Amino acid sequence: MALFTRAPKAEPILGQNRVVAHLLALLTWIIGLLFFFPLFWLTLNGFKEESVANGSPVLFFDPTLDRFSEVTESSTGLLSFTEAFGNSFWIVLISTAIAMILAVPAAYALAIRPMRMWRDVLFFFISTKFLPIVGAIMPLWIIARDLDLLGTRTVLVVLYTAMNLPLAVWMLRSFFAEVPKELIEAASIDGASLMGQIRQVILPIVAPGLAATALLCVIFAWNEFFLAVQLNPTGASTMPVWVNSQQKFQGQFLAGLSAASVLATFPVVIAGWVAQKRMIRGLAMGAIK
Amino acid sequence: MAEVRYEAASRIYPGSEIPAVNKLDLDISNGELLVLVGPSGSGKSTALRMLAGLETVNEGRIFINDVDVTLKPPQDRDIAMVFQNYALYPSMTVGENMGFALKQAKVPKAERAAQVLEAARILDLEPYLDRKPKNLSGGQRQRVAMGRAIVRSPQVFLMDEPLSNLDAKLRVQTRTELADLQARLGTTMVYVTHDQVEAMTMGHRVAVLKDGILQQVASPRELYRRPKNRFVAGFIGSPAMNLLDVDRIDGQFGIAGTTIGLTDEMKAAASAVDGTTFGIGVRPEHLEFTGDGDGMAGEVVVVEALGSESFLHVKVQHEGRDELLVVHEAGDTDFGRGDNVTIAVKGPVHIFAPDGESV
Repeated sequence: MALFTRAPKAEPILGQNRVVAHLLALLTWIIGLLFFFPLFWLTLNGFKEESVANGSPVLFFDPTLDRFSEVTESSTGLLSFTEAFGNSFWIVLISTAIAMILAVPAAYALAIRPMRMWRDVLFFFISTKFLPIVGAIMPLWIIARDLDLLGTRTVLVVLYTAMNLPLAVWMLRSFFAEVPKELIEAASIDGASLMGQIRQVILPIVAPGLAATALLCVIFAWNEFFLAVQLNPTGASTMPVWVNSQQKFQGQFLAGLSAASVLATFPVVIAGWVAQKRMIRGLAMGAIK
Repeated sequence: MAEVRYEAASRIYPGSEIPAVNKLDLDISNGELLVLVGPSGSGKSTALRMLAGLETVNEGRIFINDVDVTLKPPQDRDIAMVFQNYALYPSMTVGENMGFALKQAKVPKAERAAQVLEAARILDLEPYLDRKPKNLSGGQRQRVAMGRAIVRSPQVFLMDEPLSNLDAKLRVQTRTELADLQARLGTTMVYVTHDQVEAMTMGHRVAVLKDGILQQVASPRELYRRPKNRFVAGFIGSPAMNLLDVDRIDGQFGIAGTTIGLTDEMKAAASAVDGTTFGIGVRPEHLEFTGDGDGMAGEVVVVEALGSESFLHVKVQHEGRDELLVVHEAGDTDFGRGDNVTIAVKGPVHIFAPDGESV
């Protein structure tokens, strides 16, 4: 499963009209910019005065960082920026770590030592994703209440781990399945124990896959809003809830809200950009002829 | 240094009725290079993998040095294996690949480095120790796989078609190097190949398998001279032995209308076997063209001129059917396509009973 692949450099097809080729390139750029535009607009707005942001759109204005300092220092909501960022950071980190620790052995078993009915097991994992989360929120809320977990970071760590686990198992299984079985056999003949085989032979090969999987878990957990706002709307909550709390009732504060949104989006954009460069490496290059 | 013994060892894959390896009995002596050869699906690789511990032995037992290893995991068998696709660890350098087994055995780093260097010297791999496998040519990768096997001085080397990914010229060269290396190290080696030329040139003894059943195990020369059955006769030798169905008439056998003279011994052996349809086999080098028009009449249809020798395919009428006989000739043969020739038998003939066994 190649998640991030770099498109090969476009070569003109023989006999293809040059005009058509240029038009296609133009169309690609337009589509790309259309996707990028909301983020661009959001970022620009974040650097504007409220009056400028609420007026008719202008391209040139005096940029200011005031909105960013306003939203990060505001204490109007139930949750400050630093609290929310810290909560998000730890909840995402811990839930992703647990999901990966649980998913690696599961994926190893499913890919390399499949037992009877392993396909059904795999389907069970993904079937947990079929249920709309609103359908499950009430029992979840009651369980969380009875366990005294409402409004805690723990409840989100548990739920984000559970939410990401099926995806992590699925992705990792397909990466593990690409490890040539002779490599594992060679390692066992060379005297490596099961842990030695996994740690020294398999994991280095699937490292890019591990990184891609962990990154997706991070992104999904970072972006999650519904569970956070339902089970933990207060001081122990996350960045999406904080952005939501920046909506003011006394009028439109577009620039401030934009600044808050940029702060919530920024880490994911950076993570995606960094990972994309590292993850395009081939999986098992040089292992077999 | 070790002896290997298969005792009625069988492998039956789950969901299959027919064993992939069927009651294999085989003794391999210390320092021997034994080749397992057979067509694809003959069970030769499965037999090797049973010895490696990579396949379950469903029946029977396997011994290394009189120790029953049937149920032991590969880690505990003290063997080294070279895979067809080499199976080099892609994340490790050549040096790390070769030292991997020693590292697992917790050999101290300095000693490990010395042993890797020694193996690298034997295999001319010293300049490449810091490279990753993906930056090596096919031949170099093959040598790294060899190096990984010899560096740990195992009891037995297991080779699973290690040369089949090399180009033809390199394969011939590596084949002799490998046989020489085995002789120098004196380590028992079990070598799997589908290439009977490889089997004949490398093996001290060759075990021929078909459909999971051991057909014959003998020295290459013995296999060539006295094949036990029709399958071995046809499989060993290049080009293959001429094999025809033949009816026994009045206790005599004939090819293309010409009665073949048999030794008294063979006549006696054949007369003890019931049935009418036998097999008759003659190697190409045991046929010759006669100048006097006496013998089997035929027409040359293909000339394979290899330079030092030629093989001529001759169409003959045999018991009412067209059959091709391959005849060995000198490299500068004067015969060409379309020539009418007569052929005589000048060497030994093999007779196979209706059940395929040699008589």
